[in-house]
Amino acid sequence: MITLEVLRTGPQALIEDLGRPGLAAVGVCRSGAADRRSHGLANRLLANPDAAATIEITAGGFAARVHGGAVDVAVTGADADPAADGIPIGINSVRHLLAGQVIALGAPRSGLRSYLAVRGGIDVAPVLDSRSYDTMSGIGPLPLRPGDLLPVGSPAAAFSAVEQAPVAAFPAGTLHLTVTPGPRNDWFVDPDALVRTGWITSDRSDRVGVRLEGPALEWQWPDRQLPSEGTTRGAIQVPPSGRPVILGPDHPVTGGYPVIGVVTDTDTDRLAQVRPGQSVRLHWSRAGKGIRK
Amino acid sequence: MPSPTIRDYGDRALLLECGSTDEVLTLCGSLRQADLPEIIDVVPGARTVLVTLADGGSQAAVRDRLATIPVLALKTPGLTQVEVVIDTVYDGVDLAEVAEQLRMAADEVVRAHTATPWRVAFGGFAPGFAYLVGGDPRLIVPRRIEPRTRVPAGSVALGGEFSGIYPRESPGGWHLIGRTAAVLWDIGRPQPALLSPGTVVRFRDEGLP
Repeated sequence: MITLEVLRTGPQALIEDLGRPGLAAVGVCRSGAADRRSHGLANRLLANPDAAATIEITAGGFAARVHGGAVDVAVTGADADPAADGIPIGINSVRHLLAGQVIALGAPRSGLRSYLAVRGGIDVAPVLDSRSYDTMSGIGPLPLRPGDLLPVGSPAAAFSAVEQAPVAAFPAGTLHLTVTPGPRNDWFVDPDALVRTGWITSDRSDRVGVRLEGPALEWQWPDRQLPSEGTTRGAIQVPPSGRPVILGPDHPVTGGYPVIGVVTDTDTDRLAQVRPGQSVRLHWSRAGKGIRK
Repeated sequence: MPSPTIRDYGDRALLLECGSTDEVLTLCGSLRQADLPEIIDVVPGARTVLVTLADGGSQAAVRDRLATIPVLALKTPGLTQVEVVIDTVYDGVDLAEVAEQLRMAADEVVRAHTATPWRVAFGGFAPGFAYLVGGDPRLIVPRRIEPRTRVPAGSVALGGEFSGIYPRESPGGWHLIGRTAAVLWDIGRPQPALLSPGTVVRFRDEGLP
């Protein structure tokens, strides 16, 4: 059996796939890869199904040794200078590793999360039909630690037609995201302040939510309480402090803070690459209409 | 039942606003029955149902389709009405304080909590946690000002208009009135959650040990 032996994890290394949808009613959120686009690209380069599990590496620093045979790997997402036995292998491309070789990541040049995929997928035991670790509920394969041995699954018969994919680097400057207004934008004195403000992402951001720092968004009725309602990734919740939180893949399934707008689904993948301290601008998806008619 | 107001929730979900928890549960049942392929999850809230969609293109179509879904009556045969009995020891650390706040005797609080059946409205907070509604209307107490950092698993609690049972040890801001040995969440069971939206919950006083 082919395995990966974890040597170093960096700040956080998690096994993720496309999550466990359909369980919100019993308090389990979908979870899954924060940047599904990069996760999916890594799998496609290796002819894995999109749902195959990859390793989500936050802020680089991960290393693993191959045991038991040769395996194809691909690293996507944040470019953290992946190397095989110290020789750079580049991102968004397929590499063949032999037993005993070590793949290691440095620090990301831009972006935050890298995805390491192996041909055949990371084949740990699924929990509720998913191999994703949900940092909020603690469900799924535990965060990786040095010494962990990760089984590699059996590969598909097919190979990918491409060995390399051109992907633009993540912006190091301001990240621009599109937001659908509402459903609770009418709860705010001036909902358009959301799109006029230059926000800075807080270092207290994680897979549960990205916190934005800037002037407080004022509630229209400070004494009113919103009955709890379902949430999704990308929802911009505004607690009484007025500082918005954009929910991530491990968000609470219901919440009682008004949601001023929701980041469009594809842009939530780009948000997953934002670094603490980076500036973010938000734009309404419908021109000039923060307030509902 | 009046048709719910439907709002866009981003580009992959719709938020349906209902008038009551009963309407929410009825609508959730109807949506599950209709089993639309575009819908990947139906999330009940206190007054809303969030419907999440598999892809972006289907939002307008599902919005139209939702208007035509037959809304079932709550007691429709085929919609399961599961009832769960929770044996409870009412010796919670906050029972006396709750009784004082409500100007009731402690045993009156216990009788009120056990006499009227509760119903699961929605989930959240933690896997297996259920927000229970429909109990004795006298049992409404504001949440604790200082949440506890550690609430033991199985604690039976009151918070705002809700009752609930902590599935595992966690922080918590509700008033603890009792405890149960019932296992609310077990990932090894085919249905890990003991309580899911719509389940009727009866608390039974086990007496003090």
